[in-house]
Amino acid sequence: MENLLEQLFQQLINGVSLGSIYALIALGYTMIYGIMKLINFAHGDIYMLGAYFGYWAITGLGLPFLPAIVLAMIGAAAVGIIVERLAYRPMRNAPRIAILITAIGVSFLLEYGMILFVSPQPRTFPPVFEATVYHFGPLVVNSQQIIILIISLLLMGLLTYIVNHTTAGKAMRAVSFDADAAKLMGINIDRTIAMTFAIGSALAAAGGVLVGVYYNSIDPLMGMTPGIKAFVAAVLGGIGIIPGAMLGGIILGVVEALVAGIGLSTFRDAAAFLILIFILLYKPAGLLGKNVSEKV
Amino acid sequence: MLKVTDLNCYYGAIHAIKGISLEVSEGEIVALIGSNGAGKSTTLRTISGLMKPKTGVINYDGEDISGIPAHKIVGKGLVQVPEGRHVFANLTVLENLELGAYLRKDKEGVARDLRDVFDKFPRLAERKNQISGTLSGGEQQMLAMGRALMSKPKLLLLDEPSMGLAPLLVREIFDIIKEINQDGTTVLLVEQNANMALSIADKAYVLETGRITLSGTAKELAASDEVRKAYLGG
Repeated sequence: MENLLEQLFQQLINGVSLGSIYALIALGYTMIYGIMKLINFAHGDIYMLGAYFGYWAITGLGLPFLPAIVLAMIGAAAVGIIVERLAYRPMRNAPRIAILITAIGVSFLLEYGMILFVSPQPRTFPPVFEATVYHFGPLVVNSQQIIILIISLLLMGLLTYIVNHTTAGKAMRAVSFDADAAKLMGINIDRTIAMTFAIGSALAAAGGVLVGVYYNSIDPLMGMTPGIKAFVAAVLGGIGIIPGAMLGGIILGVVEALVAGIGLSTFRDAAAFLILIFILLYKPAGLLGKNVSEKV
Repeated sequence: MLKVTDLNCYYGAIHAIKGISLEVSEGEIVALIGSNGAGKSTTLRTISGLMKPKTGVINYDGEDISGIPAHKIVGKGLVQVPEGRHVFANLTVLENLELGAYLRKDKEGVARDLRDVFDKFPRLAERKNQISGTLSGGEQQMLAMGRALMSKPKLLLLDEPSMGLAPLLVREIFDIIKEINQDGTTVLLVEQNANMALSIADKAYVLETGRITLSGTAKELAASDEVRKAYLGG
């Protein structure tokens, strides 16, 4: 019995650290959906690019971890802005299915563009920390997990602050709620959307670098599965709702860790999709979503 | 202050505004009345830049603003309160008002105007930390107007401020419009409630299926047989 509890806690620890990475990616999905009603399927590939930017910053420029992650975030933000400007902005008034297909196209372009550019071979992400293992009684936590958790929480806190307490954040919420009314406040819609892409992409890039540190390996197709899982996390929490993405990411990570913990490792990806099916069947607005009624 | 000349607007193939010309002078309240679908809102949306006219000139403060995007027009002091309020229902009352001052850099002026808005609409002050989606229709109209005032408008465009409000509340809103005008803001008002609109306006235009059919001082129009029959209930 005691052993079982230990196992449970151990998997919770693993799950929370993996889940906080899903949360970082899910935030971008949910913010972009909130403001443009677009499922940006290229988002997982921005995360992949972020991992490569971090890799180059560390191996090529010889930067330490923190400056490297910041540089990766800036690089990915720039890519996010470019993708929005070139691929999505011209489609702003097109039917939604057309933009969705564009997003899938951008995703393929980034994936296979990178294969062309860096080869499909996985790269070994340089070890930036000494992997120290801490024992808390029977529980084992390694330094990477702690760093992943600290950085994710820090970034989520920063994002929450930006969205709730800065003028730019208020503008983002205003545009996502009612674009025409936002224009009448003098808010530049194009710039606000570009900023949303920049922030979402930067968060995904941080996730990419953290995953590189955690699994030591990156490749051009690494964004596919986490991208879709982060999408599930965003839907689970309630797409368009920022705290929902954080919650959905953590829950998904924990569920996966538990599934792996009971010896069903091969089914851990299936768990994510099972969750998606159930949430769509029973609570399609997501855990934190509610059916808002509008007063006329 | 505002001079619209021969404005033409289309929704796809539908010719919604057919050569409208109108003029608003500084300090006036000008009413644009007419029935549903006459093109009143379209006219306002075109002036505020939410829609692009096909042809025509919108001269504001000596500059042609037709085709300038809406978010740039706001900075020139031409501010629209949209039909159906369009408050940001997911934001608090205070956040809505702060967004009204989005373009302003003068913190002290903004703080002063916020106090003025709360003086004008005490109910907003009481509810300032409330999510604005939970306000009543009248309170939302007050919020939409207060939010527009936060951007320091020189010319305020009001689209159907009486829509869906109880008669007593309509009176209150129109008294406040009058007050805003007396404080020095020029007002262009679109209304189906012709009676109310004519009672506070200096000048008015009657719009029918995209054309201006009558214009004159509010007094003249209120006395005219045509207007009385069509819009004032005999």
